[in-house]
Amino acid sequence: MSIRVQGASVRHGQVQALSALDLQIGQGERVAIIGPSGAGKSSLLHLMATAVPPSGGRLELLGEQPWVLSARARQRLRARVGLVHQAPPLPPRQRVVTAVLAGRLGQWGTLRGLLNLIHPGDIPGARAALAELGMADKLFAQCGQLSGGQLQRVGIARALYQRPEVLLTDEPVSAMDPVLADHSLALLNRHAQAHGVTLVASLHAVELALAHFPRIVGIRAGQVAFDCPAAAVSEAMLDALYANEQLASPVASTASPQVQIPRC
Amino acid sequence: MLSTDQRDPAAIPRVLLTLLCLALLWPGLRLSELDPGVLLQAENRQQMAGFVSAFWPPAYDAGFLDLLLTATVQTLAVATAGMSLALLLAVPASLLASRALSLRAASSAGRLGPWSRASRLPVRGLLIFLRSVPEIVWALLFVRAVGLGPTAGVLAIAITYSGMLGKVYAEIFESVDQRPAHALLQAGSSRLSAFLYGTLPEAASEVVSYTVYRWECAVRASVVMGFVGAGGLGQQIDLSMRMFAGAEVASMLLTFLLLVVLADLLSRFLRGRLA
Repeated sequence: MSIRVQGASVRHGQVQALSALDLQIGQGERVAIIGPSGAGKSSLLHLMATAVPPSGGRLELLGEQPWVLSARARQRLRARVGLVHQAPPLPPRQRVVTAVLAGRLGQWGTLRGLLNLIHPGDIPGARAALAELGMADKLFAQCGQLSGGQLQRVGIARALYQRPEVLLTDEPVSAMDPVLADHSLALLNRHAQAHGVTLVASLHAVELALAHFPRIVGIRAGQVAFDCPAAAVSEAMLDALYANEQLASPVASTASPQVQIPRC
Repeated sequence: MLSTDQRDPAAIPRVLLTLLCLALLWPGLRLSELDPGVLLQAENRQQMAGFVSAFWPPAYDAGFLDLLLTATVQTLAVATAGMSLALLLAVPASLLASRALSLRAASSAGRLGPWSRASRLPVRGLLIFLRSVPEIVWALLFVRAVGLGPTAGVLAIAITYSGMLGKVYAEIFESVDQRPAHALLQAGSSRLSAFLYGTLPEAASEVVSYTVYRWECAVRASVVMGFVGAGGLGQQIDLSMRMFAGAEVASMLLTFLLLVVLADLLSRFLRGRLA
């Protein structure tokens, strides 16, 4: 079992983001998390990435309990888990090559990290990660010069370069055009299948989730609404998941493939 | 209900704060005995004019220029050596004092626990102590240990400036966006790596500009050092003042002007490179 969330709650100040949520994800599984805005998708991913401690319940990651471990052991565990942020937090003045190579800082010692800052050691590796996303020409550009979609691709390249055992992606394609979004998700899935990586992605675009992921988890109000294979997801389940939000937007419509509604 | 919503809830505290600042300003003026009228009295005007007129024309005979060059180089050497020693202490202290490297802050949206807050207090206290004692006191102390000369000046500048640099560096590190460093910490990187890759790229130009400014201050501080026999331009100014050689003082003031202009240009250049 790669990830085991047992009755976990997360609270941001007064807001209860997740309440007693249970979820188990096996080694090598590929899971999409869908749900209305503010349902707790990001909180769940940040919880699984050990970015926030649960305020209640238990989290087990790769057979260990990260919040019981010592800080040093937790950092070692975190190096095996990658998180792609919706808006990757990259310093605007940092060059793309440095930002991608920073993915392996958890595996490198501090000294190697320092040397790499003076002289990037693994330029071919960074170039290969970026090339898969069509970004090889931006290798030496500054992050501040990139668009939102390009930054998201740098974030994905960094996570791929990290070579984690668990890859968590929070709205990884929300700022990309439909073709790029499709390509990037296909790439993530290919990478996960080829390396036996557990892949979890939260997505706003239901049709992308259904097209790329075998297992779909619907989250609503901080709890799991449904958890089933993609083939078993019905129109009625989606309508119930997105109820209230369904004022005019055809988000849940599976009849219009390739149309993504970007929401940031 | 509507009428209360239309009012800016921050308006009343802001007005009160402004009034409080004004109310505090008045006793402050009284206590500092500030009275600009004194400057305009005829006798005082004459005194000041006499003092300043002795400055013109600046001295430029060969012997003095030679002396001036030696003193300038010595001043620059004292300031640079003092700054280098100060950085040795300031950089580690700023990393310890700043929230930027806290693993705990990375997983709790930047808030510190009581324990990590308390563990930063001794470092902050040390930095406060180092900079609260004026450099001239440190210089007088070191003159007793190492005798008259530039060494006392170097040590005094190193001690005081490490306190100032450490405090301001720590604040610069905290003022830039923390999310890049936190994201790296959450991906398992060590704290120093996260700082180098997440915080430093954004903080670098501020840090460099403040460091060059402090170096410029160290050059000027050597004037004060001169009064305790720490050598350099300061000691020359002190001697010339005592001998009422206004022309020599003017030459040295022009040298200071030149050094400050150079420091300003250097700072601009480095900021431009890092932007």
